[in-house]
Amino acid sequence: MTIIDPTDAVPAQRPGDHDNTGPLLEVRDLHVEFQTREGVVKAVNGVNYTVDSGETLAVLGESGSGKSVTAQAIMGILDMPPARIPQGEIRFYGQDMLTMGAEERRKLRGARIAMIFQDALSSLNPVLSVGFQLGEMFRVHQGMSRKQAKAKSIELMDRVKIPAAAARVNDYPHQFSGGMRQRIMIAMALALEPDLIIADEPTTALDVTVQAQVMDLLAELQREYRMGLILITHDLGVVADVADKIAVMYAGRIVETAPVHELYKRPAHPYTRGLLDSIPRLDQKGQELYAIQGLPPNLLKVPQGCAFNPRCDKAQDICRTEFPPLVPVTEADGTELPGRASACHFWKETIHG
Amino acid sequence: MADPTKADEPQDAMPNVSDVEVAEVHSEEEAVAALDANVERGEPILQVRNLVKHFPLTQGIVIKRQIGAVKAVDGVSFDLHQGETLGIVGESGCGKSTVAKLLMSLETPTAGEVFYKGQDITRLSGRALKAVRRNIQMIFQDPYTSLNPRMTVGDIIGEPFDIHPEVAPKGDRRRKVKDLLDVVGLNPEYINRYPHQFSGGQRQRIGIARGLALNPEIIICDEPVSALDVSVQAQVINLMARLQDEFNLSYIFIAHDLSIVRHISDRVGVMYLGKMAEVGTDEQIYEYPTHPYTQALLSAVPVPDPEAREHRDRIILTGDVPSPANPPSGCRFRTRCWKAQDKCAQEEPLLAIPERFKGSDTPAAHESACHFAEVKDVVHAA
Repeated sequence: MTIIDPTDAVPAQRPGDHDNTGPLLEVRDLHVEFQTREGVVKAVNGVNYTVDSGETLAVLGESGSGKSVTAQAIMGILDMPPARIPQGEIRFYGQDMLTMGAEERRKLRGARIAMIFQDALSSLNPVLSVGFQLGEMFRVHQGMSRKQAKAKSIELMDRVKIPAAAARVNDYPHQFSGGMRQRIMIAMALALEPDLIIADEPTTALDVTVQAQVMDLLAELQREYRMGLILITHDLGVVADVADKIAVMYAGRIVETAPVHELYKRPAHPYTRGLLDSIPRLDQKGQELYAIQGLPPNLLKVPQGCAFNPRCDKAQDICRTEFPPLVPVTEADGTELPGRASACHFWKETIHG
Repeated sequence: MADPTKADEPQDAMPNVSDVEVAEVHSEEEAVAALDANVERGEPILQVRNLVKHFPLTQGIVIKRQIGAVKAVDGVSFDLHQGETLGIVGESGCGKSTVAKLLMSLETPTAGEVFYKGQDITRLSGRALKAVRRNIQMIFQDPYTSLNPRMTVGDIIGEPFDIHPEVAPKGDRRRKVKDLLDVVGLNPEYINRYPHQFSGGQRQRIGIARGLALNPEIIICDEPVSALDVSVQAQVINLMARLQDEFNLSYIFIAHDLSIVRHISDRVGVMYLGKMAEVGTDEQIYEYPTHPYTQALLSAVPVPDPEAREHRDRIILTGDVPSPANPPSGCRFRTRCWKAQDKCAQEEPLLAIPERFKGSDTPAAHESACHFAEVKDVVHAA
């Protein structure tokens, strides 16, 4: 393995003193497709979003909506082939990562952009101690010796509040509980103090009490380091607790974006509204739940027009023929609502009516 | 599908009358009638008393010595009434799935009894057990692994009829399976398809149809919707609620999602490390929880309302659930409890209505296993 020269691997600039005024990460018109035997699966069809330092963007969607594929494209860990990125840009501090060389990209990955995966048990190597796996970040990216790297690992484990870190640094992943393993994943992502963290369903496999611990820790560390965070999840409760803004995805497209408070108060897309109505609430005993009829579409043959039209109870003829672009959402009197957009022909009726 | 309480019981449903309280009843028909009458009088259909399951831990290869036991379930008692849903919640490893297996007689309990209509099913075997099992069915968590990929949907749903041929005569089975598909909202034409041709929500419907095939009275649902997408979850929950009304089913609904449990349950039991911490109606548990563990569990659930995040009083527990092989002395929750005192380490709190609420009419007067039980509203924003 090549040891990267530590001087250029350690980011010289932190987000705070960066002179570029643009966003930390900007995804522009991203398309991802997979070649399969049955045909071309269009997993992501023109996704746009931005994340700033210290900001949390939640990407919400069901399985198959393209939320994880987008994240993998940002990280550059898609298997290509079968995946292909036919068009789009992913700008990190204004620089397009898709046109970068592999070596250049590798320096960013882990050091500046890190990822936390859902299933900590299968993301950690079972035959290597956690200390060794944590230390790998320092050894590979910063050329530290094994001894130095181990000391750093203990420090990191302390920071993510793993009790008796010095004693446990040589333990193997199976000796930790689910919550502790997820803390190790977080520690690994934080190791080189990245500017952006992508967390793909970080708490889905955990119990609620542990989930609360892990989300709290993540939020605390994010504040401390002023990192940008992309939180990918299907849990509307977790999103409400931590996100600043939300992008709702359906069939590879963003169907609605909004600041967190706005989205829950007044959804501007029938899919978002349906999702919000279909979850039982802890503080209310409801009657029958509202259920979105039907199933998420097959990505081999996404419906004509609006992809949500077969499941939508507001669908009209125009929805079956014409594709609705993501348009800015305004108040009834035309006042702008910053950060809000909806991809529905009838957003006015959905939000105001 | 007929009402399961109707007298379509097979004649051999109750052969083992000798070790039951109704031993003076002589013929089997009378025994069945007596048991049904008990339920009609408002007695619980299922009574669980001090159920214990310890899994031995052994050491050595040739000469195995028992060096301890994983106390997965350690003294659990509850009742289930006809047409009622009892939710059981708790973290992973608290023993809720082991309870399900014990109720199904898939595991033999170390101690304790499970009375189905007054008859202890833990002592049954052979024909008698088979007859009881017909009335207690199960829906599993993972619709991807609980359906055999090499069997068609018709074979999967029809398989219970092979084991209990008295329910449907051979020539009638295909029609019955089609009826069942219709009942769970699937197209009866799909009878010859294989599980991989269905989505997760549809597969779970197949699992439900299989559970309904024998007209059971009790269905044990072990995390039936946790593997499904949000929009599909609501469909399956609504289906289960509708089937309950239609067939007068009793559900034991095991889940870790507290919001869903509240939605579907009439009564809720909270488990911690093999014991019930608190049992009550959904209102008593969610609005007036008195056990600190219930309070912590409820306050940790993220509420889909960003307004609430600043106002809610969250209790974040430290640490993990202790090992069930070596549970703490006294109250098992004391190692993570912020109220714990010396008494908690020495004296095990019993599951009972707390002394201070006894005789009062408040919703706080429900069973809670805590020495220092007090009401704390954690669900609503302050």
